[in-house]
Amino acid sequence: MASANTALRTRDRVARAALYAVLILGLFAVAGPFVWMALSSIKPEREIRAVPPTWWPETATLGNYRDLFSGLDFPLYFFNSLLVATAVTAGNLLFCSLVGYALAKLRYPGKRVLFLAVLGMLMVPGMVTFVPQFVLVSNMGLANTYAGLILPFLVGAFGVFLMRQFLQSIPDELIEAARVDGAGEFRIFWRVVLPLCRPALATLGILTFLQSWNNFLWPLVVATTEDKYTLPVALALFSVGQNRIYYGPLLAGAVIVVLPVLVLFVVLQRHFLRGIATTGLK
Amino acid sequence: MSSASTAPARTAAATSPGRPALPVRRQRLRQALTGWLFSAPFTVLFVVFMALPVVVSLVMSFTDLRSTDLRNPLAVNFVGLDNYTRLFADRLFLRAAVNTLGFVVVGVPLTMVLALAAASALNSGLVRFRTLFRVGFYLPVVSSIVAIAVVWRFLLDPEIGLVNNLLRLVGIDGPSWLYDTNLALPSLTVMAAWRNFGFLMVIFLAGLQAVPADLYEAATLDGATRWQQFRNVTLPMLRPTLLFGGVVTGIGFLQLFEEPFVMTQGGPLSSTLSVSFHIYNQFGFGNYGYAASASYVLFLAIVALSAVQFRLLRERS
Repeated sequence: MASANTALRTRDRVARAALYAVLILGLFAVAGPFVWMALSSIKPEREIRAVPPTWWPETATLGNYRDLFSGLDFPLYFFNSLLVATAVTAGNLLFCSLVGYALAKLRYPGKRVLFLAVLGMLMVPGMVTFVPQFVLVSNMGLANTYAGLILPFLVGAFGVFLMRQFLQSIPDELIEAARVDGAGEFRIFWRVVLPLCRPALATLGILTFLQSWNNFLWPLVVATTEDKYTLPVALALFSVGQNRIYYGPLLAGAVIVVLPVLVLFVVLQRHFLRGIATTGLK
Repeated sequence: MSSASTAPARTAAATSPGRPALPVRRQRLRQALTGWLFSAPFTVLFVVFMALPVVVSLVMSFTDLRSTDLRNPLAVNFVGLDNYTRLFADRLFLRAAVNTLGFVVVGVPLTMVLALAAASALNSGLVRFRTLFRVGFYLPVVSSIVAIAVVWRFLLDPEIGLVNNLLRLVGIDGPSWLYDTNLALPSLTVMAAWRNFGFLMVIFLAGLQAVPADLYEAATLDGATRWQQFRNVTLPMLRPTLLFGGVVTGIGFLQLFEEPFVMTQGGPLSSTLSVSFHIYNQFGFGNYGYAASASYVLFLAIVALSAVQFRLLRERS
């Protein structure tokens, strides 16, 4: 009996060690490139290209960042990215929760059609709408404007779906009670419903912000002059424009694109990952 | 009309706390008006920027619209199914379709296996620092593809890249991954799995945590090994979650665009050209009608995939 127990415990210990080994190896493979990117962005080009490669910088320098900022107006691209992502996030939070509440809790003709259209939209690939959207935005005179970058993303089918699913779990009695108390419909929405939606709003907010920040193809096509570039567009065009690849400034640029969202993600990961998990189950 | 829309508002304002509720009919009208009002901002934007483009795209796919015709719409002709028949005779499109299918058929299972392995390991109860691993595995999901491309192009650089440097340590002369017609697409497939498995891992973790613990207890009492428990308890219980994950990933992978766009530009020799990339190129050449027809073929593929999933889900319940 005792020997069987120790055998089991040894097997458990071996299993645990193997598990850790695999996970740490996996973590190195997934997160390692990001760490390497950050460390290499402060190495001189010569050291980045050294064979065998170095892990920790032998000579630390901010030269790559200096080169990057002298050639390109990165503060402006940063501002553009921030402006677009903030506007898109605010629009999605407000409009998607309004319509999500209506779809979940109010009775009105046409609501079924609207919801089916939203569901159908979830399956439409981006390339289907891409060309007409581009023609539309150009014809509206919005090419190369902030409005052109923001408007097509101000609402999203996924956001409506998420908010509606979440709002359905809120008890009707709360809303009825507010109605009996004589509160107006918008007041009910703003004061009673929205505060209850905080977890869903947090998920949708972070998700939308990340998506907008990382959005690439649309701003690449719509922003035609440098003053409207977002960070990913600027970095992509910067890397394409070179004859010989200089990894140093590129890595510095990559750090600047990735760092803000990584910080945001790590700080908010608890809310965020929980939210993702619940959307997947419904 | 105007009296109908202002009356309930006035009544609502006049209602003081404690008054009996409005008559049923008025209440219904009030709810309908509120519903429309709350739906209006979304619906306007949705119709203009999404629903309308979907319809316009369909109409465009039956015309010979080119970018040069935009100023002179009268020059546009309906050509019936011409674009679609041309599409299936277009060797580049067929190449793109084969590439995309290959990417989906290998990439989706690879991503799912990685995600399930990571989720199972983190859910086994044997591991500490779970948050660290979860956050670490999720990093690529939240990172810009442009930044990822910078790093991966370096990793896969034939001369100075880390991958080939590692291979050199064990005496292997590594290939030029992204410049080899046989290796470029597999390289992008691995990169896409690397980039996306963290998302599925989070969803699978939630699914695993919803499996009742007493099922495992019963299985342990029956003497089932860990592997048997995984095969006979975990996998069947996780089926809906796995299907969901498979379809979401499939829909995403069918639209493969960003990886080849930033890594290979579709090359070498179109070996990484995807359907979405082909559509984008046709858009660039100004062939709007033709691009639209290709996008609808992609749309149909996605609908077919989703339909298969609904069938599979219904079979179970």
